Amino acid sequence: MIITVASGKGGTGKTTLAVNLAAVMENPVVLLDCDVEEPNAQLFLNGASNQEEDLVHLLIPEVDATHCTGCGECAQFCRYGAIAVPRATAIVFPELCHGCGGCKLVCPSGAICEVERRIGKIETFTRNGIILHEGRLDIGVAMAPPLIRALKTRIRKDYTVIIDAPPGTSCPVIAALRGSDFAVLVTEPTPFGLHDLKLAVEAVRELELPFGVVVNRMGIGDERVHTFCQEEKIPILAEIPDDRNIAEAYSRGALLSEALPEYRPIFSNLLKRILQNGTFGKAEDSEKP
Amino acid sequence: MKIAFSTSGDNLDAPLYPRFGRTPKFLMYDLESKTFELVDNTQNLNAAQGAGIQAAQTVSRAGAGAVVTGHCGPKAFRVLAEADIEVYNTEAATVAEALTLYQTGKLVRAEASDVEGHWA
Repeated sequence: MIITVASGKGGTGKTTLAVNLAAVMENPVVLLDCDVEEPNAQLFLNGASNQEEDLVHLLIPEVDATHCTGCGECAQFCRYGAIAVPRATAIVFPELCHGCGGCKLVCPSGAICEVERRIGKIETFTRNGIILHEGRLDIGVAMAPPLIRALKTRIRKDYTVIIDAPPGTSCPVIAALRGSDFAVLVTEPTPFGLHDLKLAVEAVRELELPFGVVVNRMGIGDERVHTFCQEEKIPILAEIPDDRNIAEAYSRGALLSEALPEYRPIFSNLLKRILQNGTFGKAEDSEKP
Repeated sequence: MKIAFSTSGDNLDAPLYPRFGRTPKFLMYDLESKTFELVDNTQNLNAAQGAGIQAAQTVSRAGAGAVVTGHCGPKAFRVLAEADIEVYNTEAATVAEALTLYQTGKLVRAEASDVEGHWA
């Protein structure tokens, strides 16, 4: 089973939830830190590195000027504008290329070949039955989805997999969510939290994933997140209180379920609910034919 | 020769738009006939990345020999250079003012982009 922890708003507690869900698992679990622009799960897990770095590359086009006729087919095809044909020869802008390979396919004169461009790396850490694969984009690279897809090849069918998604609702988040069995949307009970939760709900509904909400920092803000979830028939799976002790443990890089064991049941009960009934939250889908 | 001015308006008195890649349109002024036409650039306004590259191809296709704008980034500059299009940066308030500066030789041809790219 693949559980993805996502949120619209950043800083709501995705990583806290993801690492603690992994920590309360009794069986071995694979944790993927897909927040590749700023991976931080290892800060809390503090696992042992396997001392290997797997480099992730993207195949990007290289134009052979002697064969390029300047017809512009490649530039016209590329929806990311990564190729320009101002005159006789195509120019490639590697930083804009998503590596789809389409330009090579449409080139009528066979002037395009593909070369590797390094975009980031994957490192692996282990601790107490948790295998953490961490994706890290190289500095200056703004191309998260291919690295997230590379990270997701580490998913093992016989393991429970927990994915720590990036914040937001853009391409990297969709890349992380796609193929999951369940999505946990973490939010906080504030107007910002609600605004971005609504976007995240739209995204997971579009992907047709069963999902539920976890409300973090209960005690701040207002009731609107709860009212929204009630109206939309979205289950609130857990609530984590706004507790200074949690913030202090977090600031030390401590694992919450170990530093403050009184909170452990929140995570183990949440995990139990997800594993036992991975399809609730799909309630509205059952009405469809 | 035609000169592409970045602008948000539709005549010579319109403001000169400070950004090349994300300008709403280009006023293409023909130095020989002293007439102009407008070229739309709105498809680039909301592009996540690569607006400058597309804008550079747009002015190239429109037959520009020079670009007069506020600022031009490195990717756009590279495409413009490849197409032999001259780039002039100015803080002139209007297209007409920029045109006068160009015609009186008060603008200096840029040898490189004058601002950093947004993504690299």
